[in-house]
Amino acid sequence: MSNMENTFVHRQSSHCETGVVANMLSNQGRISMSEPMAFGLASALTFAYLPFIKINGLPLIAYRMPPKSIIKGVAKKLKMTVHSQKFSNQEKGMEALDSELKLGRCVGLQTSVYWLPYFPEDMRFHFNAHNLVVYGKNSQGDYLISDPVFEDVVTCPADDLKRARFAKGALAPKGLMYVLEDNQEQVDFNELIYKSIRKTAKMMYGLPIPGISFFGIKGIHYLAKQILKLEHKPMKYTRLYLGNIVRMQEEIGTGGAGFRFMYASFLDEASALTGDERLYELSKLTTEIGDKWREFAMQAVLFCKKRQDISLHTIAETLQECAKMEKQLQTRLLSLSVLK
Amino acid sequence: MREDKVPQDNSPTYDGHKKLMYATDKEGHYTGVQSSGWEVESFATSMAVEDLQQLTLEAKAAVKTGELSPLAYHMHKHRFDIPNLSQVSGFFQWQVKRHLTPKVFNRLSQRKLEIYCDVFALSMRQLINIEDNNE
Repeated sequence: MSNMENTFVHRQSSHCETGVVANMLSNQGRISMSEPMAFGLASALTFAYLPFIKINGLPLIAYRMPPKSIIKGVAKKLKMTVHSQKFSNQEKGMEALDSELKLGRCVGLQTSVYWLPYFPEDMRFHFNAHNLVVYGKNSQGDYLISDPVFEDVVTCPADDLKRARFAKGALAPKGLMYVLEDNQEQVDFNELIYKSIRKTAKMMYGLPIPGISFFGIKGIHYLAKQILKLEHKPMKYTRLYLGNIVRMQEEIGTGGAGFRFMYASFLDEASALTGDERLYELSKLTTEIGDKWREFAMQAVLFCKKRQDISLHTIAETLQECAKMEKQLQTRLLSLSVLK
Repeated sequence: MREDKVPQDNSPTYDGHKKLMYATDKEGHYTGVQSSGWEVESFATSMAVEDLQQLTLEAKAAVKTGELSPLAYHMHKHRFDIPNLSQVSGFFQWQVKRHLTPKVFNRLSQRKLEIYCDVFALSMRQLINIEDNNE
């Protein structure tokens, strides 16, 4: 088999989807984009507590908008087109990938994490919405991959990649592959920044439907209440429940504190771009919010370690403080967009 | 979080890798910083991994005594539970539950066993005889 290698500059990111978008854009060369900027422009910051979606018996907690919304969101803002394809036939899906590579393109893929052999053993779970970029294939038939969460580029045998692309179950990728087409449209970054901030701020409170309290600030308060209810559950369940929250917040490539630090970084960069000093002040507030989330994670783990001075009340209170601070941030973000 | 406060705890769960974090530099502006791990996060990951390992060991013992079918061992070893094994295999949850009993499992058709072989990426021998799996 012949060697195929397209040029792709790899840059490590915190999170897979934002990393893929930012790297794809930067490699096109016209618009250089950082990962936090992609995250901010896609208005991806949120909070969701989804008790009806269970992963190994524990509720799903998300700190960002659902998979694929970031790629779509950024492309829409920049007036670019995402060409995506899904496949019912696995062989056809692999052939299509090869022909894209032959055309000199670097291709984004959605995959499962579990079947990627280059992942550390402890991080391999059945999560189907991972994103990566394939930029070539070597003479042994292994694919050359820029996986944004890794320090450097990696390789993956074809059989494993096929398995990862066609893993079944929740959020099944169905072989999804995509390329980003630049339509060479001019956009006003200042305008996009304020628009996306406004959208994030509006979403932060949660859905404006009574009775649904799983999202945004309402969702955080709701989770705090659930934590208090753990008192009546067996210790083993409580430990796994709290551990699950910490993992969703820290382990799943969020850049720390469930994307709060990444959003703070976006506000910092946005302040420099627009010259708006207020955005920098809000970046500082978001950093404090992130620090509070980290404190919450630490307390939750200390509780699991059975430290006497930490109770479920302490943990729930810290979480409620996070919610209060996010309310402040929301108010200030909204007043900001009123002026514009 | 400040750049110098980014934890560098050499977490075993990272397996020698480093993750990118966002933190503020001396001037108070954001920058990317590599982290070799955070003890808090690593503890949470290990708890989840140990729980799965425990389930796998228990299933292995139960397969040996004939209480559960080999499917129970493979399910836990590959980090599935009944709901997601049902989604992945296309069987209903009640079917998966029945397949976990040796009596039903031993009578499964070749076709159904092949579905499980495909789900776990195992040969038929490895699926039926758990001693053929290295661990």
